[in-house]
Amino acid sequence: MRPFHYARAETLQNAIAAQQAQASIEAGHEASVAARAQFVAGGTNLIDLMRLDVMRPEAVTDINALERSPSGRIELGERGLWLGALVRMSAAADHPDVKRHYPMIAQSLMLAASPQIRNMASLGGNVLQRTRCSYFRDASYTECNKRNPGSGCAALEGVNRLHAILGVSDKCIATYPGDFAHALIALDAVVDIAGPSGSRTIPFAKLHKAPAESPHIETNLQPAEIITAFVVPPTPFARRSLYLKIRDRESYEFALASAAVALDMDGDTVREARIALGGVSALPWRARAAEEAIKGATLSDDVLQAVADSAYAQAKPRGENAFKVELGRRTLIRALRQAAALEI
Amino acid sequence: MNTPSKPASGTSRRTFLASTMVSTMTLTLLDRQRADAAAPPLSKDTARDPLRVTLNINGRDQQLALDVRTSLLDALREHMGLTGTKKGCDHGQCGACTVLVDGRRTLSCLTLAVMAEGRAVTTIEGLASADGTLHPMQQAFIDHDAFQCGYCTPGQILSAVACVNEGHAGSDAEIREYMSGNLCRCAAYPNIVDAVNDAKTKMQRA
Repeated sequence: MRPFHYARAETLQNAIAAQQAQASIEAGHEASVAARAQFVAGGTNLIDLMRLDVMRPEAVTDINALERSPSGRIELGERGLWLGALVRMSAAADHPDVKRHYPMIAQSLMLAASPQIRNMASLGGNVLQRTRCSYFRDASYTECNKRNPGSGCAALEGVNRLHAILGVSDKCIATYPGDFAHALIALDAVVDIAGPSGSRTIPFAKLHKAPAESPHIETNLQPAEIITAFVVPPTPFARRSLYLKIRDRESYEFALASAAVALDMDGDTVREARIALGGVSALPWRARAAEEAIKGATLSDDVLQAVADSAYAQAKPRGENAFKVELGRRTLIRALRQAAALEI
Repeated sequence: MNTPSKPASGTSRRTFLASTMVSTMTLTLLDRQRADAAAPPLSKDTARDPLRVTLNINGRDQQLALDVRTSLLDALREHMGLTGTKKGCDHGQCGACTVLVDGRRTLSCLTLAVMAEGRAVTTIEGLASADGTLHPMQQAFIDHDAFQCGYCTPGQILSAVACVNEGHAGSDAEIREYMSGNLCRCAAYPNIVDAVNDAKTKMQRA
């Protein structure tokens, strides 16, 4: 690990100012893997990547004190569910209101990582976690457009069983590793962001960027901007929701395929559905075509097959990850069946 | 080859190593910056200056001079001589380095020591009572033969104590799920589940 300057921010304004001072030195550097200034909360991703020499920040600002601000709270109110960005994954996963009103959120958190990591990792950091692509994490590979822009992508023709099939480009096929983000995108959450030029709120769906031509720029966050909270709008039918995660081992593993689904049922007919797909996508992935395909239908085998087809119609498998198309389809179908069968 | 000689006057290898490390550490107590000072302008030179860090370990405050990169794990093992906490992967994947921070199980390898300032850290050395009586979880691991090589055991025990305190030890399946962050290459898992079940009842009675 390379040396860095460490500072503690006691307030949101301190945190932004500390990062702004560093950001001004690196004009033109967007919020990328290579940014020289980083915030740290749990540190479960950042410290790991710094030890691997993948991330090399020169300034690290500790924002854990913001836990004592609204960013440390979970509240259920008129705007919906407020999830402060400094709330730990374990606290949100165990929160009675989250479990009762938004089960897919609680499950997406509880099924992620390990109890220790869930105690440490903040929700804000969780959505910003970086890919587990081996070529990204192993700095001895030159070819990685995320880590070393313009160098190529070793995964395209390499060991790519775990790589993404949706939202990929010919510059990067790294999988977005998180779970929670898929629940947020499915439920139309918004992100509150604070920064040098004030606060703004954007749809969660606008937070991450597809790899396209610039895989090293993963979000639309600007330098020195910080996520303060996520707000999930009131969604009564989210009580009929779940997060199904399929992986190589039963616990403490990233998804090979997952599905976040919520169903608004009128008897046997689906009034409305929310569907997001994880483990298979380059960024948090809402399957809107699948949602349209299921609207107004009953969950017959034919309908479910058609829904799964539309969810994966744009899939671009590449070598070893071809199995993810069928695995993803079956995961989605099982999740929809289970959600429809929930007694609420 | 020399046969290993017995350490004189009851000094074990462990206490010898520990005392050597602590005395080395005191030599590095230099004039240093405070962690909470505003970040100085970017310069590698000042980034390498040691930080004065006060850590509360097993109820005692300890002052250390540490490189900013020092993990809580390395601070415990290399600077305080508390070698009960083990380094497995050093990347947050094995759980061997688990300690309790403010009562919550935490990976000390992914925690910067400086980030643990102002928090209460409990390591395996701080779990038994002052009179040496083992914590019910420690005793249960012995009673149920819940280890073979023992390397993951300190992390397993601290994780298991937290698992019970969190209320996540309701069934065998729940214990397995909530202990999944602690790997055991000897695969003592069935006995670990037995030990947690046993200690749970004793901890609830206490």
